[in-house]
Amino acid sequence: MSDRLVVEAPGPGAAEVAHRPDPLGHFGDWGGRFVPEVLMAALDQLTDAFEEAIADPSFGAELDALRRDYAGRPTPLFPARRLSEELGLRVWLKREDLLHTGAHKLNNSLGQHLLARRMGKPRVIAETGAGQHGVATATVAALLGQECVVYMGEEDTRRQHLNVVRMRLLGTEVRPVATGTATLKDAINEALRDWVESVGSTHYSIGSVVGPHPYPLMVREFQRVIGDEARAQFLEAEGRLPDLAVACVGGGSNAAGLFAAFVDDEPVRLVGVEAGGRGPQPGDHGASLGLGEAGVLHGARSYVLQDPDGQVLPTHSVSAGLDYPGVGPEHAFWKDAGRVTYESAPDHLALDGFRLLARTEGLLPALEPAHAIGWLAAAASDGRVAPGTRVVLNLSGRGDKDVETVTSLLVDDETPADPADA
Amino acid sequence: MPDPGTEVRTVPGALPDDPAGPPAPAERLEGRLEALRREGRAALVAYGVAGFPDLEGSLAAFRAMAEAGADVLEVGPPYSDPLIDGPVIQRAVTAALDAGTRMDDVLGLVNELTASVDAPVVLLVYYNLVAHRGPKRFAAELAAAGACGAVVPDLPPEEAGEWLEASRAAGIAPVFLAAPTSSDTRLAAVAEAGRGFVYAQASLGVTGLRASLAAGIEELVGRVRAHTDLPVCAGIGVSNADQAAAVARFADGAIVGTALVRRLADAGLPGLRALTTELADAVHTARPSGR
Ligand SMILES: Cc1ncc(COP(=O)(O)O)c(C=O)c1O
Repeated sequence: MSDRLVVEAPGPGAAEVAHRPDPLGHFGDWGGRFVPEVLMAALDQLTDAFEEAIADPSFGAELDALRRDYAGRPTPLFPARRLSEELGLRVWLKREDLLHTGAHKLNNSLGQHLLARRMGKPRVIAETGAGQHGVATATVAALLGQECVVYMGEEDTRRQHLNVVRMRLLGTEVRPVATGTATLKDAINEALRDWVESVGSTHYSIGSVVGPHPYPLMVREFQRVIGDEARAQFLEAEGRLPDLAVACVGGGSNAAGLFAAFVDDEPVRLVGVEAGGRGPQPGDHGASLGLGEAGVLHGARSYVLQDPDGQVLPTHSVSAGLDYPGVGPEHAFWKDAGRVTYESAPDHLALDGFRLLARTEGLLPALEPAHAIGWLAAAASDGRVAPGTRVVLNLSGRGDKDVETVTSLLVDDETPADPADA
Repeated sequence: MPDPGTEVRTVPGALPDDPAGPPAPAERLEGRLEALRREGRAALVAYGVAGFPDLEGSLAAFRAMAEAGADVLEVGPPYSDPLIDGPVIQRAVTAALDAGTRMDDVLGLVNELTASVDAPVVLLVYYNLVAHRGPKRFAAELAAAGACGAVVPDLPPEEAGEWLEASRAAGIAPVFLAAPTSSDTRLAAVAEAGRGFVYAQASLGVTGLRASLAAGIEELVGRVRAHTDLPVCAGIGVSNADQAAAVARFADGAIVGTALVRRLADAGLPGLRALTTELADAVHTARPSGR
């Protein structure tokens, strides 16, 4: 990881798309630091701590040991045979659902909480949407003995109640956020407000590749273990690279982690799948890259779902983790560069994807990656993905947290029969 | 960075080589604060949310604050994600948005306000509202509406290139924040980039009421003064007349927001007028050399 980060400017042969942003965190026109002055010093401190840590072999060794012994890395790359047969493709699943706590979010938390400790900050705060980042935060805070507060939209505390319970059991204080749309966006606002006040003693652990520099870079680097492993595993299994890598995009961290390893492999097609929600009307979806415009949200310039005045719009997705009006700035950069294509899958395709994977592979996916599965199935059936294509799909999390939501959304004839009623 | 005095401003009659013309809006703001400084007095900078309790009501509120002694008015267009604001201002902002307040309405309000009060008007506006409208267009619209400047609380100097260019071209003052956490290097950059005044953040944290003034605020104002002759006003968490008077002893202005918004919400215009009078008296008589 560190060898990529010490490169200040793309050297000869590295003139492709993957690189580090400029010193202020700009990926081309995107990213940067649009935050109140009071936070600038903390962002400088965090940037320095991150750069020092990744250059320090003892940090890498501690992180690697935790990844292996605590989190369960490497996660497998699983050839999904029955799914492949059904779709006429060759699909491998990167099994982040098997990571401790059930989603890729833990990769980021391990890195950020070690950094917090390095900076001497005893308190860690976070926002969460689906609750997966909150659970990962609460988990690592318990592991390292850190005080922890997680902000969560009130709406999300209802639909992801199981994760609220998990966080509390782990000793974290969950603070419901009732302002604005009472979802992820407002939880980030509230966490930032806490941080403005507590910045001396507190690290803010953002859960995706969003926010002001250094977060988009740092979170990508902590998540790129997904892509680095998947690339090596695929090469070992197949002796070649995949044709296509697919991931869902909320803020974009699991996708950035996967794509980071492939972005210089020009023949590998990269597709990010956003939440299509109920449809393309404003307020009905979370497709920031597909339907948003340039804007500044949560400290970075990126694509933002907003009205003609620049007021940030409410969003909708069946999955709390994709229910967000912004997206990481590097995705905006990849989109403009034409390196990654961003598609969307509406709620009903995500539900299809959920059931397809459950039925064919015995895996209940989280509703977030179910969007990627649903998109892939639809794209295979209408030829946007050619038969026989070798696909790596990031199964970013498992679906236990979503069982209630899915059950309530399935129409009667689809409801799994209860043997007791038979 | 080009010398602000040497460039062409697009405001009619405001060209620096036109001695007969009115001063550029930024100069009007600076002039007012400097005149108070010469008199040995501090300014009361009074904030309100445009569109709260409704558009007409907010216009009346700003006028009432000017009549009751506010020296500078700070107009806040409502924004969906006011991340440096605490619950009181958040509620007012939400109400203004729910009532359908648009940026065109806010500009119309500023236009009517500046036509009817003498106090310089600045905006407190989150950057996405500026960016989405286009910094150049927005700065020109502010100048045309008679505003003197804008505080953009989520825009640090290093991201402000476009906004600085736009505000210079329009002759309005880009006001930057200085924070207790800012290094001297950062304070120098803030002082160098800004015009109008420097907004010294009185307390760590978001806007809201505090039982007491933050300990480090006087020191911060002093540190800012080491880098600039611009007036330095302090705000965020200045909650009552005593605190405003304390700030007025060492700063060029005391900025009060939450307390006024809350009073307007609780007690309407008469209450707002009474509190503004109280704050203005406290600020204007805080220094022995003052009136
Ligand atoms: C399993 C899972 N996948 C994906 C996401 C979306 O986040 P990101 O786009 O940052 O990977 C979430 C967010 O909560 C999640 O829990």
